[in-house]
Amino acid sequence: MSAFWPVWLPDPSILLALAVVGATSASLGCFAVLRRQSLLGDTLAHAALPGIGLAFWLTEAKSPLVLLLGAMATGLLGAALLFALKHASRLKEDAALGLVLSTFFGVGIVILTRLQNEPEASQSGLDHFIYGQAAYLTWDHARLMLGLGMVVLVCLALTYKECKLLSFDPAFAASLGLPRRRLEALLAGLTVVGVMLSLRAVGVVLTVALLIGPAAAARQWTQRLSTMMGLAIAFGISSSWLGAIWSQTADATPTGPAIVLVASVLLVVSILVAPGRGLWWHYLRLRQHRRDVAAENVLADFYRHGERQGDRTAPMPAAELADQRGLRFPPLERTMRDLCRRGLAESAGDGWRLTEAGADEAARVMRSHRLWELYLARRLDLPLDHVHRDAEEMEHALPSEIVAELDAHLGHPRVDPHGHPIPRLAAEPRPTEAKEGSTGHGS
Amino acid sequence: MASSATLAPLTAAPPAIEVHDLTVAYHTQPVLWDVDVAMPPGKLIAIVGPNGAGKSTLLKAILGLVPLTTGWVRIDDQALAARRQTLAYIPQRTSVDWDFPTSALDVVLMGTYGRLGWFRRPGQRERDLACRCLEQMGIADLAQRQISQLSGGQQQRVFLARALAQEARTYLMDEPFAGVDATTERTIVELLRQLRDQGRTVVAVHHDLQTVPEYFDWVVLLNLRLVAAGPVEEVFNTENLHSTYGGQLKILSQAAAALLAKQQGLVS
Repeated sequence: MSAFWPVWLPDPSILLALAVVGATSASLGCFAVLRRQSLLGDTLAHAALPGIGLAFWLTEAKSPLVLLLGAMATGLLGAALLFALKHASRLKEDAALGLVLSTFFGVGIVILTRLQNEPEASQSGLDHFIYGQAAYLTWDHARLMLGLGMVVLVCLALTYKECKLLSFDPAFAASLGLPRRRLEALLAGLTVVGVMLSLRAVGVVLTVALLIGPAAAARQWTQRLSTMMGLAIAFGISSSWLGAIWSQTADATPTGPAIVLVASVLLVVSILVAPGRGLWWHYLRLRQHRRDVAAENVLADFYRHGERQGDRTAPMPAAELADQRGLRFPPLERTMRDLCRRGLAESAGDGWRLTEAGADEAARVMRSHRLWELYLARRLDLPLDHVHRDAEEMEHALPSEIVAELDAHLGHPRVDPHGHPIPRLAAEPRPTEAKEGSTGHGS
Repeated sequence: MASSATLAPLTAAPPAIEVHDLTVAYHTQPVLWDVDVAMPPGKLIAIVGPNGAGKSTLLKAILGLVPLTTGWVRIDDQALAARRQTLAYIPQRTSVDWDFPTSALDVVLMGTYGRLGWFRRPGQRERDLACRCLEQMGIADLAQRQISQLSGGQQQRVFLARALAQEARTYLMDEPFAGVDATTERTIVELLRQLRDQGRTVVAVHHDLQTVPEYFDWVVLLNLRLVAAGPVEEVFNTENLHSTYGGQLKILSQAAAALLAKQQGLVS
C-alpha cells in the first residue's frame, strides 16, 4: 500500500475485488429480477456454505480457489436439487427454494461450527463467509475474482440478445429454436459463479441483496434493458465501495451489512423519486387528478346553477356552492383560486361566477357526464339511480375522442336519461342546435 | 381426412403443416388426443373449439414447444428442425410481461434473432426491416415507445410486426383478435389477406365463431380430439359445431385423465 493511500480508503485489492462483485452481481441481478427469479440467487448462496466448510475440512487449506470450488460444488448441487424437486415432486417452486436454502444453510452451519471448535481452525475466518468481511481480501482473491467475474460478464455480453429474449418471451424464444433449457441452465450457472464471488464481501446471508438491489433500483430509472444493466452495474460498484469505506472507517461494522444498507438506501430512493415510476411522481399525478376532479365538479355545479338561472355565467354565492356537495370552505376556496387562476372563474359579490371560457369548459364536463349516463342507461340497461354516480367518476377520465365516439354511437342525442339537455360544443358542426344545450332553461 | 385426400392430387405442394396421431398431455391432463390433420399451404386457417380444447397446445406442439406423448409433426413435408426458420409464432398477447424495459422497435427486432443466430447483434439492415414491419402495421410512430405505454391493440400489432420481421412462410397466431379494438381488428384481417395473397399460410386460434367464414378459408374444429378439418364451406356447419362444443367428450377426457394418473404413478 502506498504511503499516499488515504487511511479511510480500503486497499486497492479490496476495491478491485468489490468492483468485480458489484458489477457481476448487478448484471446477473437484472435478469434475475426480470425473470422473477430473485430468490434463486439467495438459495444458491446459502447452498454454498457447506461446500466452503467441506473444502476446508478436506484440504485443510484456506486457498481462495479451493474454498471457491467447494462453494461452487454445493451451490451447483443445490441448483440441481431444486431443478429435480421442481420436476419430479409436486412441491411448488417457492417451497422447494425455501427447503433447499434452509437445509443447506443448516448443514453449512453445523460443519463450520465444528471446524471452529478445532484449535487449529480457530483463525480460519470461515465465519466471514456468513456476514462477509472485505478487509481480508488480498491480491490473490482479487485476481481470482477478476478472472471469474470477467468470465461471467463476457458470457453475459455474448448471450445478451438471447438472455433478453428468454426473459421477455420464453415461448417465442423457443419457437426460434433457442435452446431454452440450456440457456436457463447457463444463467443459473453464471448466477452460481456470481454469488460465489460475493460470498467473501457480503456473506451468504446478504448476497441476494447485492444481486437484486442494484437491478431493482436501476429498473426504476429507465425503460431500456441495456441502460438498466449499465445503471445497475454503477449502483452495484458504488454501493460495494461506499459500504467498504463505511466498514473500514467505523468500528465493528461488518462489510456485508454495510454494503447491503447502502444498496438498500439506493433502492428506496429509486422507488420513491425515480421520474415516471417513482412513488413521489405517482403521488403528484394522483393529487393533480384529485384537483382536476374537484375543479370539474365545481364547474358542473356552476353549469346546473346556470341552467336553473337561464344564464350560463350566473354568479353563485359561496355558501350555496359549498352546500351543493357538502364541501367545506378551505378546499372549495382552493379549487376556486385554481379556477380563477386558469381564467375560468372570477369573484362576484360573496361568491364567484364563470367566465365565458369557464362556461365552455363547464359545458364540456357536463357533456361527458350526460353522454356517459345515457350510454350506461341505454347500452348497459342500468337503472337510472345507478348511472349518476358512475358518470360522476367517468366524466373526469373520458378523453375527447371517446366522448365524440360516444356521441356518434348514441346518434347525437339531445337529452340525457333524466331529461336534461346534453350541451353541445361551440365547434361542433350543428350550427342550428349548437347553443341549445348551453342556453337551455333548467329542467 | 377426406378433405386432405381430395386436396393432395390437386395441389402438388405438400401440406404446410401435417400433424399425425398427435397426443399431448400436461401432467395428468390430456390436452390433445390422436389428432391427425394436414393443413394446406396458402390458406387462412382457423383453429376453433371451446376453452380447454387444446387449441393453443396444438400450435405449441407444431412448434415443438411442448413434448409430444405420441405422434409427429412435419412442416412442408420436412422435419421441424429443418423448417423452423420458415415458421413465425405469435403467442397470446397476455403471455408476456409488458412492463419489460424495452421499446416497440426492440420487440420487432426480436423477429430477426432467429436468422441472426448466436452472438450477432441486429444491425442497420435489421432495424430498417423492423421499421418497415411497424409501418405495415400502422404504428411506425410508436417505434420508440416503451411497450407498457401501448394499448392492447397496439401491443398485438407489435407482436404481428415481430412475426413479419421473421419473413416466414407460415404464421402461427394464438388468438390474434383477443382484446383488440375495431381498427386493429381490421388491420389484422387486411394483413392476413396480404399474407395469403403472397402464398403464405396462416394458422390462427380463433374465438369468434361469427367471423370464421368472413376471415378464414379453412377451419380446424378441435375439442381434445379433432372433430373436423377442411374448407370452411364444407366443414363449418351446425352438426360439426355441435359436436365440437357439445358436452359428449366428458367421458373421453375423464378416461384419459384416469389413465395418465395411473401411468405417472400418482394413484394406486
